[in-house]
Amino acid sequence: MHELSIAYNLVELAETAARNAGATKVTAVHLRLGAMAGVVEDALRFSFPLAAAGTLVEGAELTVETVPVRIFCTACDAERTLPPPFAFRCPVCATPAARLIQGREIQLDAIEIEEAAYAAAHP
Amino acid sequence: MQPRILELRQAVLSKNDELARDLRARFRENGVLAVNLVSSPGSGKTALLEATLREMRARGWAVAAIVGDLATENDALRLARSGAPVRQIETGTLCHLEADLVARHLEGWSLGELDFLFIENVGNLVCPSDYDLGEAVRAVLLSVTEGEDKPRKYPPLFHSADVALITKIDLAVAVEFDRAAALASVQTVAPHATIIETSARTGQGLDAWIDYLAQRRAEL
Repeated sequence: MHELSIAYNLVELAETAARNAGATKVTAVHLRLGAMAGVVEDALRFSFPLAAAGTLVEGAELTVETVPVRIFCTACDAERTLPPPFAFRCPVCATPAARLIQGREIQLDAIEIEEAAYAAAHP
Repeated sequence: MQPRILELRQAVLSKNDELARDLRARFRENGVLAVNLVSSPGSGKTALLEATLREMRARGWAVAAIVGDLATENDALRLARSGAPVRQIETGTLCHLEADLVARHLEGWSLGELDFLFIENVGNLVCPSDYDLGEAVRAVLLSVTEGEDKPRKYPPLFHSADVALITKIDLAVAVEFDRAAALASVQTVAPHATIIETSARTGQGLDAWIDYLAQRRAEL
């Protein structure tokens, strides 16, 4: 269960970016999560509010976009999407395909913030 | 009210990734091949590592090991019997090793005097897969006493490995190990991986494993 440490990393990055932008609050955190990232979304959702407590991120909504696994098939000379369970061969021609080109991401895509100046102007 | 959207596109584990990059550069500059050993608990990481350290020292290589567990120094004490310098990382509740833990436990060691550094990760088939430790080689162990389909069940970790070691091969007959099924399972998830069958007890496969490591070090 490493989702809690991932949640802490996520909150730290979001809070740092928010502070640098002069934000007073983070309202949403958008995450891209590879299907082969080895991260359980439910466990991450459980951990996120714990990690966010007492930070600018507290109360923020967490959205998770699942990134499918993509491989490059040298025989077809084309990119292919692999459905789970992951067998690393081309789903069209069955040629074994080594490293994946997408699907391991744990990426903070964007955050939504409220800024001090905005909050002052819109009480 | 309309909040502002900040596009970040940042890897969540970027801090670990950066530390791992620094470590990888340090290892390469010093001619050290770093090997990250991952597997489920009980698949024989420590036994294989003890035999590997002993045999590599006998061949004149300078080897060292860092071993991670939630608690106890038992593995470090076991590995130290090989005569190699060994350090234990007690992770407390952490289910995997991270680059900064490795960096901290390297302090005081002169990397220039080392040829190989083995990092025995916490026994866990899930969590270590996302954490780069700066290793040049990731070795995953699958013992014959586990299910042959383990790689299919845990694709992220097995896929991330450069080499898959089938361990405890001396027990294969006793446990009716289905070798073909196990090899197919590894090849399905990690077609790029080199597969080596080993036994820490009989020494089977140790030559092939050490030759593989020496070859990888020559390619650094």
